[in-house]
Amino acid sequence: MSARMIWRKAVNVTMLSLTGLCALITVSALFFILGYLLWNGGKDLSWSFFTRLPAPVGELGGGMANAILGTLKLLLLAALFGVPIGLLGGVYLAEFGGRIMPFLVRYTADLLNGVPSIVIGIFAYAMVVMRMHHFSTLAGGVALAIMVIPTVLRNTESFLRDVPSAWREGSFALGANKWRMIATVVLPAAARGILTGVLLALARVAGETAPLLFTAFGNRYWSPGWMQPTSSLPVVIYTYATGPYEDWHRQAWAAGLVLLGLVLAINILVRAFLSRGTAHERL
Amino acid sequence: MANTPNAAAPAELAWSPRALLRRMRDADEIAHLVTLIAAATLLLITVLLVYQLWILSAESRHRFGWSFLVTRTWDPVAGEFGALPFVFGTLVTSAVALALAVPLGVGAAIFLAELAPPKLSSSLTFVSDLLAAVPSVIYGLLGVFLLVPVMRTTIQPALKKTLGFLPLFQGPAYGIGFLTAGIVLAVMIVPFVLSVSREVLLAVPRDQREAALALGATKWESTWKVVVPAARIGIFGSVFLALARALGETMAVTMVIGNNPKIAASLFSPGYSIAAVLANEFSEATGNLYLSALIELGLVLFLLTFVLNGLARLLILVTTARGSGVLPS
Repeated sequence: MSARMIWRKAVNVTMLSLTGLCALITVSALFFILGYLLWNGGKDLSWSFFTRLPAPVGELGGGMANAILGTLKLLLLAALFGVPIGLLGGVYLAEFGGRIMPFLVRYTADLLNGVPSIVIGIFAYAMVVMRMHHFSTLAGGVALAIMVIPTVLRNTESFLRDVPSAWREGSFALGANKWRMIATVVLPAAARGILTGVLLALARVAGETAPLLFTAFGNRYWSPGWMQPTSSLPVVIYTYATGPYEDWHRQAWAAGLVLLGLVLAINILVRAFLSRGTAHERL
Repeated sequence: MANTPNAAAPAELAWSPRALLRRMRDADEIAHLVTLIAAATLLLITVLLVYQLWILSAESRHRFGWSFLVTRTWDPVAGEFGALPFVFGTLVTSAVALALAVPLGVGAAIFLAELAPPKLSSSLTFVSDLLAAVPSVIYGLLGVFLLVPVMRTTIQPALKKTLGFLPLFQGPAYGIGFLTAGIVLAVMIVPFVLSVSREVLLAVPRDQREAALALGATKWESTWKVVVPAARIGIFGSVFLALARALGETMAVTMVIGNNPKIAASLFSPGYSIAAVLANEFSEATGNLYLSALIELGLVLFLLTFVLNGLARLLILVTTARGSGVLPS
């Protein structure tokens, strides 16, 4: 073998191993993050973490029941406002639509999807908080809903498009009209995919902090109804992690573990059981 | 419906087959209308978003004009507002993040697309997708309590010793600052570079690889000199996409950048970014001018990411469309 050939083979092996190393580093980051959170947050997780209000500063103990409930309420609002709009809009793109409108909607959805979450927060502040003159669960829910819409819409469209057009034609041939065809044939056929998209979109906004900072704000206590400021897990993690108290830091780790556990659990369950291994586009 | 020509049918014939057919068609029209309204709501939200940002930043725009973008002072007490330190911090942290994340992400994508067996490739992609799902406040948490101490005691002194002759790596090691924020951002955007790059690499036709191998190229030569150049534009697209993410990223950066509106040559210096100043000061802004200046910062950030996202999508579309145009399926 010539020296040049040996050199080329050496370069080949070296570079290929380097790409493998890159992949290893990237993938191990997840396990590292998960392990580090388990190590730091696991020991401070207890039953009272899930059932009690935060203790006054300086007192040990206490929990984050209000933040957990706040996050669930915000997610409920996001789903309530965001999912119907996204779903119906997706049906429009896949089943109806003219020439200009679908292009416009698709383009805008992608644009809205790329808007930084803090800017969405400013918008929700302008639309809800400035009008009501106070922070509220509602404002936070609106902010999260705006982030849910484009994802659900694009995802619904792409799964509806995967339904074979022969099914539509068969349904027409049996005498169904269009909405009946959509409601009884196309939507059920794409239901798993659509549900996947909805759950992933909700998992994504569950961890959002920035749009909640000046919409849902925060609250040391329970937040009755929908018009009061509310605590939420991501915001509490931020406040506690940047705060001065040792006890807050430990609580932040525990809350981080709960949040990450929630988000990863939804992701893994949904991707493993619902999506049937199709890697849908995240763009 | 009264003004359509067919509506001339008398009311007593409402149950005739023809009227039934029309009613069914009307149901279709209602369905069309309802879904159209949903789609239009999305347009409305986006238009309102731009409108609100524009209107609410009016006071600051009129007061400072274009000089807002190049003014270094940010003094809420004196009513002096300039965006330069924040724009600078946003761009510098994103540049650091790209410098670290692009080689790592593209390298990993090459491994997943070209080398790894399909099963391994898809499970590693799964893990990378999960990494993309980790909330940014979690990265911030790890940044504050893990990365900042390590930076202060180990990495920054080591960089100073070896590369200290460069102005980039001078000054006291605080732990927080541009470099730390850039590293956290890099970890956050690697999954985006990886997944998009992998997709565009996979879109390169198989014949091209085989042709290169048949000519006697090694695996690496066929990858680096044939496949990667063919996917070049799409890889650029993934980089722009990741850059847009990095620019708008808020929490993780806010927690480790130091929150000090300063322009410095050293990456060790504490700084500030647009998103971070919004997160810190928005809910406490007193006075209309202060709020309006913050909203103008939001507008700047919106425009930056808008342009980058548009560019990214165009580039990715060009490559994947070209690739799939050649593929049989």
